[in-house]
Amino acid sequence: MKKLMFFSFVLMISFTSFAQSEKFSAAMKKNLDAMEASFKSPTDLISMANNFERIANAEKNQWLPFYYAAFCQVNGGFMEQDKSKVDAIANKASALIAKADSLSPNNSEISCIKSMIASCHMMVNPMQRWQEYGQVSSSNLEAAIAQDPANPRPYYLKGQGLKYTPEQFGGGCKTAKVALQTSLDKFTAFKPADELNPNWGKQQVENLMKECN
Amino acid sequence: MKQLLIIALTLSFYTAIGQVKISGKISNNKNNPISGVSISLKNTYDGTTSDSNGVYSFTTIEKDIQQMEVSITGYNILLQNIKLGLEPINLNFSLKEQITELKAVVISAGAFEAGDKNKGAVLSSLDIVTTPSANGDVTSAFKSLPGTQQVGESEGLFVRGGTATESKIYMDGNLVNNFFFTSTPGIATRGRFNPFLFKGTIFSTGGYSALYGQALSSALILESNDLPEKTEADLSFSVVGAGGGIQHLAKDKKSSWGISYNYANLWLAFNVIKQKQDYFQIPVAHQGDANFRIKTKNGGFLKYYGYLSSNKVGFRTPDIDSMNLKNAFSIDNINTYQNLNYKDRISGGWKINTGISFSTNKDDLKNELQDEANKKVTNSNQPLYQFKNFSLTNLAKYAQARFVLEKRIKGLSAIRFGSDYFYSNEQSTYALYNGSKFTDKITDHLYAGFAETDIYLTNNLAAKVGFRAEHSNIINRWNIAPRISLAYKLANNSQASFAYGIFYQNPERRLLPAATGIDYSKAAHYIFQYTRQTKDFTLRTELFYKKYEDLYKTVRGNNGNFLAYNNDGFGEAKGIELFWRDKKTIKNVDYWFSYSYLDTKRDFLNYPKSIQPSFAAKHTAAFIFKRFVLPWKTNFNFSYNFATGRPYYNIAFDSTLGKFTISDQGKTINYHNVSFSVNFLPNLGKKDARGFAVWVLGINNVFGQSQIFTYNYSSNGTRKEAVTPPSRRFVFIGCFLSFGVDRTQNAINNNL
Repeated sequence: MKKLMFFSFVLMISFTSFAQSEKFSAAMKKNLDAMEASFKSPTDLISMANNFERIANAEKNQWLPFYYAAFCQVNGGFMEQDKSKVDAIANKASALIAKADSLSPNNSEISCIKSMIASCHMMVNPMQRWQEYGQVSSSNLEAAIAQDPANPRPYYLKGQGLKYTPEQFGGGCKTAKVALQTSLDKFTAFKPADELNPNWGKQQVENLMKECN
Repeated sequence: MKQLLIIALTLSFYTAIGQVKISGKISNNKNNPISGVSISLKNTYDGTTSDSNGVYSFTTIEKDIQQMEVSITGYNILLQNIKLGLEPINLNFSLKEQITELKAVVISAGAFEAGDKNKGAVLSSLDIVTTPSANGDVTSAFKSLPGTQQVGESEGLFVRGGTATESKIYMDGNLVNNFFFTSTPGIATRGRFNPFLFKGTIFSTGGYSALYGQALSSALILESNDLPEKTEADLSFSVVGAGGGIQHLAKDKKSSWGISYNYANLWLAFNVIKQKQDYFQIPVAHQGDANFRIKTKNGGFLKYYGYLSSNKVGFRTPDIDSMNLKNAFSIDNINTYQNLNYKDRISGGWKINTGISFSTNKDDLKNELQDEANKKVTNSNQPLYQFKNFSLTNLAKYAQARFVLEKRIKGLSAIRFGSDYFYSNEQSTYALYNGSKFTDKITDHLYAGFAETDIYLTNNLAAKVGFRAEHSNIINRWNIAPRISLAYKLANNSQASFAYGIFYQNPERRLLPAATGIDYSKAAHYIFQYTRQTKDFTLRTELFYKKYEDLYKTVRGNNGNFLAYNNDGFGEAKGIELFWRDKKTIKNVDYWFSYSYLDTKRDFLNYPKSIQPSFAAKHTAAFIFKRFVLPWKTNFNFSYNFATGRPYYNIAFDSTLGKFTISDQGKTINYHNVSFSVNFLPNLGKKDARGFAVWVLGINNVFGQSQIFTYNYSSNGTRKEAVTPPSRRFVFIGCFLSFGVDRTQNAINNNL
């Protein structure tokens, strides 16, 4: 009887943990599949960010849901037309990515999001904020490249930034294309660790390349 | 059987799925729906986000008591326990808005804030150096803002009917006593400090905080830079001198130090551009400074700034009381300034801001009456001429210590209080033509205590209420000055503010020693402001009324100087001001316009009655236009300053009446000044350039328009002479190089 109780207990535990990771993967996958469609409006992105944040808060020690929550938030910030709302959105993204960072330090993907958040703050008023946030944005990209030289995304972000910088200031398509091409090359070789790990950006790079040709 | 039952029970735990629906609506306290609110069951994946009508709905398989979390940025989080059964749950929530810096109204009446981080940013340090009429001088740039006068015959800021001595300048909270080079007759001197030392400036034209005192009119509050981005070195060459410096940032980016040296010599400039004065000592200055900045664990700063300079100037001007004699005036000055400031968070949510400063100033002034051959005239028997041979030595020492403690109480509301102590010791020796000497020494201990609170009632309504108490040994009594400002946010991007305050000030040094029983001079400010600001433009108007009481009336002292005698002076000033700045409408163009209307009268010093003072024009306007031409990497700046004529008087002692009277008066011609400057940035955008260069060409008063600031009268009043700028035009050519830091971003920052 005791043995059976024990067996049942073990079964319960293992079933629980199995169910948990299964449940986590399933929930993440479901949201990741829906993520692309949410890029149509800031509201949809924020709602998607909330989905990831719920998973993140329930799991507590998984960096990926925090990462995606921050990713959706910051993209929502970029898309938001009412500039007075953007700082609050970017701050929210900062809080989320800080949690991801504490769970997975020195992560190249996380540094990319930090760079995006700084750019998002900057876009509110580039004239006055370039100096402060431009610096934060580019130093995070440098960190991202150092942390994982194979990661194509920092090059994508760098190329994107250059494309929108006037030629006179060292930007423009010509310099952007160099970074974008590096990004494309790295995408060819890039294999995400699993289906939940970051694997976005290739399409965007191709679009930017097209615009520059 | 029993065993099977246990297994079955264990499994059924996972299969007994009964979903329950939770829905409702989320609104704010005004009953408006809030969208984008995250609703979740804590520690589960279940939840949703409210839609544009504030409506939410989701299902969960969780059972029993769960905690529901409702959150969105900008509102306080709401937590509520719910019991989940089989029945659907309908729950509405009302969220309370947080008071945040991003949304909250800014208490701003009277103040022009400049700096990249401030919401009210109006002028940045780059704006200062690219405003052509300012010639890179910090305070001159503020003359393009409303409230200030276009006074060119002496330095300082003349604000809203006040004299320059009614405006005080602070660096990191500490008073700077000799901000300007020592005055020379008829020529405005420059400020001593480089505009790039400061990350932000607040120019308050009235109604300012209880943290500042001893200024009846205005406070210019300068905040020094934090750590530099990178280690860098810079060099500069110009028609007026050369300089260089280094800023070193520690590897851990927690501390930095810097030194710089600057040598100014106007030999070249004065040889090319003819000056009205005949210089026997071309202006020469050596200036050195040093700083260190240490960032603390809690994000605070310990900052030191030290400055040392020595300068000389000497020139001859025709003597107004004679046909062929000249006055040869010279100054030899040594000035030091040390400022140590510490700002940090301390335990219990308190912040401390404390500082000490110490400065010395030594002036050796000399005046000689000379003949046509530049020989000293000593044989005259006329006292009028004899008294023109004199020397004056001033030796001043100042010290200040201050602390401010601040605590946030609920939201953005805060209380702060603190204390200031100023010590001044000013000794002057006046030597007459016959060798007789008069020495006087004025020492003062001024103690001040102040307390202030910021109250944010909502995001839309805030108040700042404070008071300041001061005791000066010279006056030997206490004063208490209340200060109040209110700010109310109107529809998007605009706000209305009101400020009221009482301000006290001691007699300025030249009026001391004062008669016994003298009191503080006093001003009351009433300011109403309307501002509309978006990231592209700023519009602000201010309406003000200022009442002066207890201004100093003077009597003649032993050596012909005027000393404060009683507080029978008074005055008032009222006016309206307008400021408009637009950075967006025209591509690559940034322009601003300011206009001030001032109606002021006062009776003080030796004025026989209440009159419009000679430093106040009725209408003043400035227009600044800056255009960046990207392909040329060049910034074109244009400024036009205008003021209507100012009154001038000959106030002379009438010995038959036994009092001062106005024996002659008039009004100067209108003032026009069109200035132009070009900044060329050849290395702009060259990513691998080792240095970054800025070439500057500036022309002040391009059209050489005649400018008359005021008139000087001869002793007998029969002759008057216009006070004009030393030269019709001034041309500045310079090159500024920096190494180590790519200033491209700086340039983009200012110009895009």
